[in-house]
Amino acid sequence: MTEPLKAEFVAKRQLIRWPVAWRQPLTMIGLVIVAIWLVVAVFGVLLEPHDPLVGATPDRLLAPSAEHLFGTDSLGRDVLSRVIAGARVTLPLSILLVVLSMVIGTVLGALAGYFGKAVDEIIMRIADLVFAFPTIILAMVVTAALGPGLENAVLAILLVSWPQYARVTRSLVLGARNSEYVIANRLLGVGVVRSLTRDILPNIAAPILVLATLDFGNAVLLLSGLSFLGLGSVPPTPEWGAMVSDGVANFDSWWIATFPGLAILTIVMAFNFLGDSLRDALDPRSRRATTGRAV
Amino acid sequence: MPEQRKPPAGSASTDPPGSAPENVAVIDATTPQDDRPRGLRARHPLLVYIVVRLGVSVLLILGVTLITFILTNLVPSNPAASALGERASSDPAAVAAFNAKYGLDKPLPQQYVIYLSRLAQLDFGDSTQTHNPVAKDLGSAFPATAELALTALTIASVLGVGLGLWAALRQRKFVDQAVRVVSIIGISTPTFWLALIVYYLFFYKLGWFPSSGRLDPQFNPPKDHTGFYTIDALIAGRPKVFWNAVGHLILPASVLVLYTVGLLARFARTAVLDVLGSDYITAARAKGLSARRVTFGYILRGALLPILTVVGLTFGSLLSGAVLTETVFAWNGLGQYAFKAATTLDLQAIMGVGIVVGVTYIAINFVVDLLYGVIDPRVRNR
Amino acid sequence: MSESQQFPGAPIDLDKGVVTVSPATATSSTAAPACATDGIRISGLRLKIGTAQILDGVDLVAPAGQVTGVAGESGSGKTMTGMTILGLQPPTAQVSGSIRYDDRELVGLRERELNKLRGKHIAAIFQDPTASLHPMLSIGTQLTDHVRHHLKLSRREARERATELLEKVRVPEPRAALGKYPHQFSGGQLQRVAIASALACDPRMLIADEPTTALDVTVQAGILRLLRGLCDDLGIGIILVTHDLAVMSSLADTIAVMRHGKVVEFGSRYDVIRTPQHPYTRSLIDSLPDHQGVR
Repeated sequence: MTEPLKAEFVAKRQLIRWPVAWRQPLTMIGLVIVAIWLVVAVFGVLLEPHDPLVGATPDRLLAPSAEHLFGTDSLGRDVLSRVIAGARVTLPLSILLVVLSMVIGTVLGALAGYFGKAVDEIIMRIADLVFAFPTIILAMVVTAALGPGLENAVLAILLVSWPQYARVTRSLVLGARNSEYVIANRLLGVGVVRSLTRDILPNIAAPILVLATLDFGNAVLLLSGLSFLGLGSVPPTPEWGAMVSDGVANFDSWWIATFPGLAILTIVMAFNFLGDSLRDALDPRSRRATTGRAV
Repeated sequence: MPEQRKPPAGSASTDPPGSAPENVAVIDATTPQDDRPRGLRARHPLLVYIVVRLGVSVLLILGVTLITFILTNLVPSNPAASALGERASSDPAAVAAFNAKYGLDKPLPQQYVIYLSRLAQLDFGDSTQTHNPVAKDLGSAFPATAELALTALTIASVLGVGLGLWAALRQRKFVDQAVRVVSIIGISTPTFWLALIVYYLFFYKLGWFPSSGRLDPQFNPPKDHTGFYTIDALIAGRPKVFWNAVGHLILPASVLVLYTVGLLARFARTAVLDVLGSDYITAARAKGLSARRVTFGYILRGALLPILTVVGLTFGSLLSGAVLTETVFAWNGLGQYAFKAATTLDLQAIMGVGIVVGVTYIAINFVVDLLYGVIDPRVRNR
Repeated sequence: MSESQQFPGAPIDLDKGVVTVSPATATSSTAAPACATDGIRISGLRLKIGTAQILDGVDLVAPAGQVTGVAGESGSGKTMTGMTILGLQPPTAQVSGSIRYDDRELVGLRERELNKLRGKHIAAIFQDPTASLHPMLSIGTQLTDHVRHHLKLSRREARERATELLEKVRVPEPRAALGKYPHQFSGGQLQRVAIASALACDPRMLIADEPTTALDVTVQAGILRLLRGLCDDLGIGIILVTHDLAVMSSLADTIAVMRHGKVVEFGSRYDVIRTPQHPYTRSLIDSLPDHQGVR
């Protein structure tokens, strides 16, 4: 009996207009770069010309050459190999980060939006608190308290990145919850969990996924930023941010920092290109809801 | 498209032409509600608004301290041990005295109250790294960061808003796309890396700008009034110091500008485009006002609120950027201090930075809210 | 198209436009003298945006001292016709044909020249006064800035004049109103303010685009009377763009019915409403519930 209602509800669902997304040149550029990095991350071991973790002291701080295309770092390790190996550190961690913060944020936001009242107040006030800090500062404070290390850095970033998902999800759920279709199904005895997962979430998934795409860049930047500050990865892990900080200590050897920095830039840019065109391709009604937050 | 109009609330504008006026009457028959505020709100709307915003800010600041308090207590290590150092912590009397001094032997809620009262007296504990009270360190680091961030914010705002306005008015596909790509690259660039590249190129290779730090070593910092070397140098009447300080500001500030200007331009462009499409701009043009007057008197005025919001938000990302940039430029502000504290696990110092930055951020947002009240007549007088 | 067009048989009575002296001018000695006009004559006006032919050969005569109604449904091009007279069509639009104001050709006129006519000779009011007045500028500013620009009045003189105008259009407490902002007025009051602003420089022509659509029915009548008064007392020529045939028949002297970017019928109010020639006009009139729109 709710079929006509459902039709109307689904018609209002927020979707990515793929034809619009494909027309954008940025979509293609973003996809190509992401694909290249995924290949590097998966098949990196085969591509590395040298051992990324071990170097020879006589090879210290060598400028780029045929033997070491990106030069060597202060311990004589091949920068190219380390940049390639870095993809295996950064990409999986960032994907994990984005997925986890999206799940946590979406669940909390959905609960806040669906139940309102006290649940909403508690969750959203905590979110407000997180928003009261610039992200890197809060992540820094948290990592410092937990002790340095990649796991703690991931935890800290998780802590600062779920609220944006919660905010967006909450406002989307608020809109969907009051649709006649959802109310009708609730009256017909559909449970809370089913109502949320089957009726509401599929209809609001697109903007959340767009936000996740944009957030990927933030995750990479935060992770490498913390490592740069010495709060993330522990040596000798070939983490890009940590590699840049090695370049600060030896800044006349420009290649040490330049290449890992370019790695960060390209992957973040690719995801931001993608996220940006997807946001454009999102139904205009929801565009405002997903204004991503800069780090 | 050309006939597209906002359907006025409750009217029958979407009906086919010639639809019954009676219909309109029925729909509009509901008498408009009187939702005008009464009492204090009606007499002093701006005052009430300010008090409410102030209350929110105070609550947020309390929240910030709660976070740092929890984090401090999260640390598995013994706070006495980390604060007193290896040798003293082996002396039980010293540990007991330390714990009693900071109320660490009391239940947590009571500890939080003690913590708050200490913060209220600007007691952030002592830094294990500099052996100074953290408050004193922060007092000298904060103005350095503020000088850098404010300089960058001013330049980025003027440039960004100007570019955004220009892009919106030109309405060319090419300009559009350029602003978009530049802004995305801007937010995608790791600031710490950009800082390094800029430093390498313009100091090390080209030698156009002075090296790191806030002043050349041969200069003593000017007498402290504001903590801003540029302003203090002017007050002290030392032009050489002033120009040297400006020279040192240029590179780190440029990094922060590069990092934020694209984003600002993009938001400003969107805000201006929103305003451009509104009826009141068409109406202003229909009055025959000059393009200049329409642009600055009407369009910018209309886009001011969203632009202000973005400028406020940008300050947050500038603070983040500053933390990462200062390390590269040896700019002894909050970022450099936090970096050193983090690498030496100087917890009190890091928490101090967290509180100061959090409070600054909240204060900035409060100022933005205040400006809203001043600029927007709908807030000012209802 | 042309065979169904009915141009009014009798030559237009131009005298009406010449006789009257604007009260606003009479009270303000420094104001420029009202200039007589023959009104606006549109012929063969075409407007294209991209591949969409919005206007497809519009012919229309709007003499001074008369209300010329332009009717039609959404998308018929009636609003675009009004905007094009003022040169306010979208920047990407390609315009051809002719719009003559006295001996001046408005199509292709440079922006600077257009600005001398806009507001001073040809003014406009819009559908939704809450949207057409700048929300952040005071009523005083919005009533005086073009007066000072066009008539070179001082700030004080312009405010004097604005006060008188607000009195003319029956806005209560005009002096206090100058210091207020749009959100402090009701829709009907705002439309009066907008009319006052349009009249501020003694224009000879007024383009009124759906001036009553956004207003309560109780307020509509007052605005319509005000517009009629302007026409009869001040000799202003009004181009009334509306989809509302009831409003049209109560105000217009002649009516042009537009459809698909063309004028399909043009004649005196009586003729068009009583004996419509074009089937489209007939269907419009038939769609009135009981033909009571005709008074």
